[in-house]
Amino acid sequence: MTDWPLLTITTFLPLVGALFILTIRHDKAEVVARNARNVALLTSLATFVVSLAVYGAFDPKIADFQLKETVAWFPGTTIAYTMGVDGISVWFVLLSTFLTPICILSSVGAVESRVKEYMVAFLVLETMMVGMFAALDLVLFYVFFEGVLIPMFIIIGVWGGQRRVYAAFKLFLYTLAGSVLMLVAMLAMYIEAHTTDIPTLMGHSFPQAMQVWLWLAFFASFAVKVPMWPVHTWLPDAHVEAPTAGSVILAGVLLKMGAYGFIRFSIPMFPEASVTFTPLIYTLSIVAVVYTSLVALVQEDMKKLIAYSSIAHMGFVTIGIFSMTTQGVEGALFQMLSHGVVSGALFLCVGVVYDRMHTREITRYGGLVERMPKYAVVFMLMTMASVGLPGTSGFVGEFLVLLGAFQVNTWVSAFAATGMVLGAAYMLLLYRRVVFGRMVREDLKTIVDMSPRELAVFAPLIVVVIWMGIYPPTFLDPMHASVAKLIDNYGLARAAADALTLAAR
Amino acid sequence: MTQTFAFSSLVPALPELFLTVAALALLMLGVFRKEDGCRQSTLLAIIAMAIALVLTSQLGGSVSYAFGGGEAGLFVMDGFGAFTKAMVLLGSAFTLGMSGTFLEREKIGRFEYPVLVLFATVGMMIMISANDFMSLYLGLELQSLSLYVLAAYHRDNLKATEAGVKYFVLGALASGMLLYGASLLYGFVGTTSFDGLAKVFGAEHAVRPSLGVIIGMVFVLAGLAFKISAVPFHMWAPDVYEGAPTPVTAFFAVAPKIAALALFTRVITGPFGDLAGEWRQVVIFLALASMFLGAFAAIGQTNIKRLMAYSSIGHVGFALVGIAANSVLGIQGLLIYLAIYLFMNTGVFAIILSMRQKGRLVEGIDDLAGLGKTHPAMAFVMMVLMFSMAGIPPLAGFWGKLYVFLAAVESGLMALAILGVLSSVVSAYYYLRIIKVMYFDEALEPFDRQTDRPMRLVMGLSALVVLVFTFIPGPLLVGAKAAAAVLFPAAAG
Repeated sequence: MTDWPLLTITTFLPLVGALFILTIRHDKAEVVARNARNVALLTSLATFVVSLAVYGAFDPKIADFQLKETVAWFPGTTIAYTMGVDGISVWFVLLSTFLTPICILSSVGAVESRVKEYMVAFLVLETMMVGMFAALDLVLFYVFFEGVLIPMFIIIGVWGGQRRVYAAFKLFLYTLAGSVLMLVAMLAMYIEAHTTDIPTLMGHSFPQAMQVWLWLAFFASFAVKVPMWPVHTWLPDAHVEAPTAGSVILAGVLLKMGAYGFIRFSIPMFPEASVTFTPLIYTLSIVAVVYTSLVALVQEDMKKLIAYSSIAHMGFVTIGIFSMTTQGVEGALFQMLSHGVVSGALFLCVGVVYDRMHTREITRYGGLVERMPKYAVVFMLMTMASVGLPGTSGFVGEFLVLLGAFQVNTWVSAFAATGMVLGAAYMLLLYRRVVFGRMVREDLKTIVDMSPRELAVFAPLIVVVIWMGIYPPTFLDPMHASVAKLIDNYGLARAAADALTLAAR
Repeated sequence: MTQTFAFSSLVPALPELFLTVAALALLMLGVFRKEDGCRQSTLLAIIAMAIALVLTSQLGGSVSYAFGGGEAGLFVMDGFGAFTKAMVLLGSAFTLGMSGTFLEREKIGRFEYPVLVLFATVGMMIMISANDFMSLYLGLELQSLSLYVLAAYHRDNLKATEAGVKYFVLGALASGMLLYGASLLYGFVGTTSFDGLAKVFGAEHAVRPSLGVIIGMVFVLAGLAFKISAVPFHMWAPDVYEGAPTPVTAFFAVAPKIAALALFTRVITGPFGDLAGEWRQVVIFLALASMFLGAFAAIGQTNIKRLMAYSSIGHVGFALVGIAANSVLGIQGLLIYLAIYLFMNTGVFAIILSMRQKGRLVEGIDDLAGLGKTHPAMAFVMMVLMFSMAGIPPLAGFWGKLYVFLAAVESGLMALAILGVLSSVVSAYYYLRIIKVMYFDEALEPFDRQTDRPMRLVMGLSALVVLVFTFIPGPLLVGAKAAAAVLFPAAAG
């Protein structure tokens, strides 16, 4: 079993499914749509099963990359097809494969035009996401990292809302502008270190002056992706205009790519520059947490509100990562997973009512609990998870981040904590205005509760949210070894740098 | 002093000789046949190019000279020449294959067309193999004169004739500059042979070359920059691209560009190889100006042929980045870039040639609206090509950019690399706009179904190459590297 190239299968199985869907032809559009949907669902479920096998073959005691596969790729260079996972990336592979079938299932009824193309786009997107988290070669990583833009651009542009063209262009160009700078930095790293192998690069120490520039170039790319204030403005637009499933993937997985990049590249490869820029990250993160929470308070559009809350939550993640304490980094990782599931679920909650009423304005709703009790329960659970109520996944992540940050800088953790309070304010306000209150709108009086299919979409999300909240060790234990190694190496690099500066004196 | 002439000394130029004979034979055939046999001549011309391609591929193994004594010969054939000539022949053959049906529909299908394309191709191959300013000029003019006529080929069309005249006047000016530069070099150095010039400049390495040499070199570079339509010598391109009949535009955009860039490379690495310090700033300026002007000027275009003109100006800028690096890696990057560009551009022009509504030709970008619904396959090909041109991985266009920028970084041209990638973001905007028009906008009147088999073949092939290159990059990379290494014997040894 372990001889199988499991990561390659996980990565390219969706692509095979997409190619298969392309061959579906029939006179009737409904038949094509149904078949495309079924194939996509089956493919993504199969991919999830394979990714579980990846997890099964993964040994949590080993800190290094595992399940490695290497194939020579570009002759004359070190660019190779290298895949592998460690205790950090294996979770994001799982997150991607977990969310994709849910997205595909949720789009039944929501997407009725060009279903075949939609499914192809989603499966291609899954290939890119999984490949990105499993890539162990700089250039391979970049290929997947940027390749994500192609399906996402199409998904927002074709199946999006009113201002979809604007949103799609903004997403694409913002991200591209950041990424190309990272590309130049990657080329410079290749020239300097003569390798594109990520594990080798982690052991390479770049000259300090160079580190600063490389760090900034990577920062340009990852900060846009996270997104960090002030380059976050593409996110609300993209979320509002994207179809529901597109928002789920955007919030669930794509936002994690930036933070994952910080953990995979910025910190282990440029430790000294990371020390230099930690105050910058803290500042931007705190601004993001406080400012975007305040902005979220005044939103009238449900999706926009959740989009701003995502920026705030990702602010926690960046604080946790750069605290460089075990609790902080593990909390950040946990928060990323939790946010992936919870924000995905929240966007799906918006999607449920949007499919019925075709509006996302908060004022158009109210008193939904009367007609939709099941919906009210699900929505409440996810709201609480987003707020960070103990017993849900959100609490564990945010608490660990605060704990980690407190050890390094009490002020940072104090400001971040205000974000939690504000988060409770806007989420509870949203919930109250949509679900509670009196049902005054005439058209709401005929609204129907969630169908079994919709419940099936939410069921796995609910299970995971509660599981993560009640028994976090399932998720934290496999991270320990890799996170410990990350922090150890970071400490060593800092010590070495300090010794050098001392010696220079 | 008697010199025996051996036919074997002509072997390096065999493909060119064969193509010349073939072109003359086709000319005779066309004249003596009663009816206009455009289709037949086209087919024969493509077959001739295929044979020339086979001949070329047999010759690239080692460096050999013809027309003159040894290394001072007028004509050189090497791996670099074989590689670029193969690209030129492929480009010419593809675009010629796409033009038959179009010309017949426009009622300008005459046998002269393939003959002119053949002569232009011979000119390009001589350019690539030039080892002396004399043979360079000879090849360049043979190519240019054929192209001037081709631009005005639709002689009853006002725009086409305007394009032809414009191209001719500006082209003649550029040729003049080139000649003037060559004559200055001759005056100051005393030879026009590339090899001789390289020896002189190599010996002068320690001292700064005289002012006359620099001026001469800049004139030569300006003349060549015109031929590759690098900014600021690009003014003719948009008008000529728009005015010329579309198959001619397709031809212009691919083969002559590759040939001129190959010539540019040969001149810069050959005779001026030791003057890198002098020409590098010129090339960097050309590259930056072309990338940025190509990117910004294309944004406002509404005519797709004009857009492609600016796009090709931008692509020349990226290709020049590889030349500016002045290393094996840089030239390898250039060759990879050009090979991918060849397939992307022919594919795009195959689609432009298919833009017909009820038999009428359309050229507006807005006419592509809703193509994703009306012609899904064609729109898909166009989308893939546009993403590739924008340089988005995992499509082939990305690797071309990666290699030229890798070379720039390796040579320490950091600012050039950073500005270059930023300009590629700007250019992504207008490529995305085409995708937006095709997929996000509502359908207008659908195009006529494309039934021409060669056209569909070219479309399919280009999309396939662009999609599959990422998975099988080996052959092109190895070939390009071997071809590039020829120009830097010092680095290889």
